[in-house]
Amino acid sequence: MGDYSKEIEVDATLDNLDTVIGFVEEALGEAGCPMKIIMKVLVSLEEVYVNVANYAYGNELGKCWVSLDINSTEAGGMARIKVRDKGQAFNPMEKENPDITLSADERPIGGLGIFMVKNIVDSIEYEYLSGENVLTMEKQW
Amino acid sequence: MDITKKEQGNELVMAISGRLDTNSAPALIEAIEESLDDGVERFILDMEECDYVASSGLRAILGAQKKMNSLHGTMIVKNVVGDVMEVFEMTGFADILTFE
Repeated sequence: MGDYSKEIEVDATLDNLDTVIGFVEEALGEAGCPMKIIMKVLVSLEEVYVNVANYAYGNELGKCWVSLDINSTEAGGMARIKVRDKGQAFNPMEKENPDITLSADERPIGGLGIFMVKNIVDSIEYEYLSGENVLTMEKQW
Repeated sequence: MDITKKEQGNELVMAISGRLDTNSAPALIEAIEESLDDGVERFILDMEECDYVASSGLRAILGAQKKMNSLHGTMIVKNVVGDVMEVFEMTGFADILTFE
């Protein structure tokens, strides 16, 4: 319980997905966040981080910063996750939502990641600030 | 994530346990591609031990459904836990998969 704030820096690769997920999972667990919410936050973080790892720097290696701020009390809490990179400017929020009413055969494989994030978190915001993509998500419990 | 397969006649049961995430989904895609052929009429994906599905995992599951459709077979997703069902619901997968 209380306030928590930490940032980690990793090479933006899929190999570091477990590091990024583990960092947030552990901190949320210690803050008393219910497992149900933790799983949802982790799914959202995974989608955002994987986008950075796959696309932000093209074929180059670059860094990704993930910061986590938690305010929690006995009654509940709020987590704010910021994912930053210095890669190509890219606003994932501009992507059109997929048509989720299509049949299995009609559906394209993919395009669901950011859509899931939008459904899961309470707020999501994209900014491009001093050469950085900054995606901020908030989730309460 | 672990995958176990059990074949009985023309029925294949695949059980996955652990997290179906970006790093583990390729293993499931591979297992599905290897296993689903003309000989399989009923494919059962048992998700009882799977508590986490990312969009990459959904891609693998959709791929399996498409494959079974093309084989004119049946795919059944079994024992889905609540959190994972919520992911299926928010992405419309609840409407295109058959649950048991």
